[in-house]
Amino acid sequence: MNNFAYQKAADTSDALHKVAQGTASSFIAGGTNLIDLWKYNLVHPENLIDINGLRDYKSINKTEDGGLLLGALVTNSATAYNEHIVEKYPLLSKAILAGASAQIRNSATNGGNLLQKTRCYYFYDAASPCNKREPGTGCPAKEGLNRMHAIVGYSEDCIAVFPSDMCVALAALEAVVNVNGPEGERKIPFEDFHRLPGNTPHIDNNLAKNELITSISLPKEGFAENYSYLKLRDRNSYAFALVSVATGIKLKDGKIEKIRIVLGGIAHKPWRVTEAEDFLIDKEANVDNFMAAAEIILKGAKGFGDNDFKIDLAKRAIVRNGMMALNPESQRPGAQPSL
Amino acid sequence: MKSSSQIGKPTSRLEGELKVTGAAKYAGEYNVADLLQGYPVNSTITKGKIIKLDETTARQVPGVIEIFSHNNRPKLPWFDFMFMDMDVPPGSPFKPLLDEKIIYNGQPIACVIAEDFETARYAASLIQVTYEEEPFVTQLAANLAEARKPKKGMATFLKPLPPSPNGNFEKAFDQADATYSGEFIHGTEHHNPLELFASTTVYEGDGKITVYDKTQGTNNCQIYIANIFGLSFGDVRVVSPFVGGGFGSGLRPQYQLFMSVMAALELKRNVRVTLDRAQMFTFGHRPQTVQKTNFGASADGKVTAINHTAIAETSQIEDYTEVVVNWANMLYPAKNTKLEYKLVNLDVYTPIDMRAPGGSTGLHAIEATMDELAYKLNIDPLEFRLINYAERDVSSDKPFSSKELKECYRQGAEKFGWSDRNPETRATKRGNRLVGSGMSSGMWDVICIPAKAKAKLDKKGKLIVKSAVTDIGTGTLTVMTQIAADALGMDINDVTFKYGDSKHPMSPIQGGSYTTGVVGAAVHGACQALKKKIYKKARKMENSPFSSAAIEDVEFKEGAIYLKGDSSKSVTFKQVIAQNGGDPLKASKSNIPNVFKLKQYTRAAHSAAFVEVEVDEQLGMVNVTRAVTAVAAGRIINPKTARSQILGGMVWGISKALREETLMDHNLGKYMNPNLGEYHIPVHADIHDLEVIFVDEKDDIINELGVKGIGEIGLVSMAPAIANAIYHATGKRENKLPIHFDKLL
Repeated sequence: MNNFAYQKAADTSDALHKVAQGTASSFIAGGTNLIDLWKYNLVHPENLIDINGLRDYKSINKTEDGGLLLGALVTNSATAYNEHIVEKYPLLSKAILAGASAQIRNSATNGGNLLQKTRCYYFYDAASPCNKREPGTGCPAKEGLNRMHAIVGYSEDCIAVFPSDMCVALAALEAVVNVNGPEGERKIPFEDFHRLPGNTPHIDNNLAKNELITSISLPKEGFAENYSYLKLRDRNSYAFALVSVATGIKLKDGKIEKIRIVLGGIAHKPWRVTEAEDFLIDKEANVDNFMAAAEIILKGAKGFGDNDFKIDLAKRAIVRNGMMALNPESQRPGAQPSL
Repeated sequence: MKSSSQIGKPTSRLEGELKVTGAAKYAGEYNVADLLQGYPVNSTITKGKIIKLDETTARQVPGVIEIFSHNNRPKLPWFDFMFMDMDVPPGSPFKPLLDEKIIYNGQPIACVIAEDFETARYAASLIQVTYEEEPFVTQLAANLAEARKPKKGMATFLKPLPPSPNGNFEKAFDQADATYSGEFIHGTEHHNPLELFASTTVYEGDGKITVYDKTQGTNNCQIYIANIFGLSFGDVRVVSPFVGGGFGSGLRPQYQLFMSVMAALELKRNVRVTLDRAQMFTFGHRPQTVQKTNFGASADGKVTAINHTAIAETSQIEDYTEVVVNWANMLYPAKNTKLEYKLVNLDVYTPIDMRAPGGSTGLHAIEATMDELAYKLNIDPLEFRLINYAERDVSSDKPFSSKELKECYRQGAEKFGWSDRNPETRATKRGNRLVGSGMSSGMWDVICIPAKAKAKLDKKGKLIVKSAVTDIGTGTLTVMTQIAADALGMDINDVTFKYGDSKHPMSPIQGGSYTTGVVGAAVHGACQALKKKIYKKARKMENSPFSSAAIEDVEFKEGAIYLKGDSSKSVTFKQVIAQNGGDPLKASKSNIPNVFKLKQYTRAAHSAAFVEVEVDEQLGMVNVTRAVTAVAAGRIINPKTARSQILGGMVWGISKALREETLMDHNLGKYMNPNLGEYHIPVHADIHDLEVIFVDEKDDIINELGVKGIGEIGLVSMAPAIANAIYHATGKRENKLPIHFDKLL
């Protein structure tokens, strides 16, 4: 670990001021990913700005439009167990609790969750080529180990996936990311926050340099009646999703009035195909209709060998999770499949 | 006397409180004064040589003391012999920092010594290495044509190569009524003990050192270090009282020990070298193995033909071998057999024993093949094992020293409820899940080797017993204390077992499930010898109540000697010591196994595992919902720690069947998941109901205590039972481990 300067920020303007000093600046909140990356010799911050003292972003509050504002510095655990979240946005609670471990969730913050790096083996190994880490060096995953990798939305340069569970639910809820930076405050719809790799896989999201996530807005609709989060992985806890699905449904007279289906573990960002959601409107929530929607969502999906199974698995997961959403009680700890 | 017996008493670990409170110190936690820290640099290429090692920037980092590499290392012996340890396979052992040659990815090529760990690690990242790369091979499956017979050596004495063919396999296989031919693929695994490998070398001056090391053998490391660095054995002390798991990884000295000692001797300072988790994947591992089975049976269920071939990887420098194919014919008395074991040299580090080496690999192939045959013959899998029960080991034409496997089958099946099973595959459902049950036999040999122990009755009449043996978390400290206390009829609180230190009497490396039997017999023997001395001394006392009593007429209990049948006649140990002028009484025992007697028998522990799995019919997710393992392992000294050993083995079996594998990118020749996030071992949510049964088994042949050892026997039967249960649940036979759930879609 290189030597570095450590400064505590008193408030937002202080944080933005301090981060602008020096070249290799980095904010630190929970540190659950940054410290790992640092120890693996993948990042070398020289100017570390501790934002844990920014009190404004440490609470969860109701908003005038009937939604909720999640402070960026509220921990994942505190968010998952918050009474408003549990009551109005249980999908988000379930997704958060399916991620990482209790210890990590206790430290990791909401803002940091959005900024976590891919878990691609090659990205984490400083000695391997990786376009995301060092543009232009190549992508060994395509011809190498790619069980965890993308089946949609990838590029020639990068087939990594975004590992968050929380963000899959946030995408389904159409959250908005509130940021503050050198150019002032702005709002980024969740859909536009994370990027596909294209030919710039080293850029994960649309946060500008030295911008700080301050909070996340949840709109009024929380799908608290019919929702489910399903996570399929290589062990029952503490493993990243091979495929995950967040589903929220609003039913009217036995038909689907509104639905959101977002997938994790298959792309460089939470994967949502609104065409499939539109297809389901006014239809019955049943296996056949979910399967037809799944076909739309996975249209054009293609694997790289190890991960070919994800295409079929994702479809099956969409169907199962749709059925689980009709009976949210069937959800199990760790977002395991219903019994 | 029997009622006060310490042997067979469920006893909590004596060091348990120290461990759970963090008071127990591990090798990397001895914070001696003026301690320097080292961080090794590892090769990023797989094969070739170092052209240039540019240390300029690294040396400029404040706090860096020295950087060792092949360029400036001290002079080292060039004889292979001087680098050989107690577990050395035939070949030429790896010599750290020998020269510019790179023989595997991750090979340590330098070590940065700095004032603190972070500085050392950061400076290590700044070293610029220029390599000349050569083509390499790391994939076993693509190089099976290169397979050849292994060399013989010291290691193959304890791990025998396969017996010669018997009968006429080809003919018997052709004529069999039912056959199964399977290919079984096992990937690389790494031990991943929780404790990282670390060595803290304290430079005592005058060429003397004390090393706190993570190891499974203090004497082994002492001899290795003394040989390499030209020190006398007496000047090297290796201390290792607490070991945070070994599983075989500590059977050979690892490179952090070499680095730490080298730096300490060169700099005349105290030096610690701790490997990080990724570096834990840069030495020994369980080898990739490809197996083929061809078993044939007659319509009445008798296995008539057994062909089992295994091809495993080894490094380019040593022939690491394990016993993979010898088991089938010891378990099932077929008359026609052909067993083969071969190696392929790859550009990887030499594999090393990993819990149930060979056995856990081979038994998966054997027991899955037996399972297939049972279905083909329409015979219940358990019944099929009973039809083929070996009362005698036909592979070597010897009797078993004892064998209660039949009782394991019976008790295990009863506890599990095996008889309720629907024999049809893919026929039992619970909601979204297919349910299946499977079983497997297990076997592990009883190794008998020498060990030494000393016993002393001190001035206060308390017992002190010593051995250099480690306790790798298995409960050795507790068990040895129980054996010693039992011998002298004492309370365990009056007994101290001193261990984990090379200055104590010689102990073999701790592995192979033999420690309790081998070191236990030495402890028992030393205490028996001490008992005689105490008795003799007591007899000589003035007005001794035992003046006309033979040793058979007295009993030892509660820190005293009593005349049998008359508890009013006694002499306390304190009185005996007083009689001895206040001096302690001492005895020792070098336990040398009676090879001539032992080799007339096949000696093994056995087990039977019964497993239930649930498999999500649409999504493939597998859970081992319950399992019972019944074990026949001779006498159980401590049912509590023994149960933990078997539970640990069962969990490992779940891991082996469903979870863990080291993933190598064969284009890079490199392991790509060297961390506990991506190297999947089971978590609590993966483990459900596990039950352990110890079956009574008496064995007068193996050692004085009748102890067989339990370190591996809980593992060997578990993975095949899970694979068989998955077949029963789904009708799908997956022969590649671990079985990923997507294969069951």
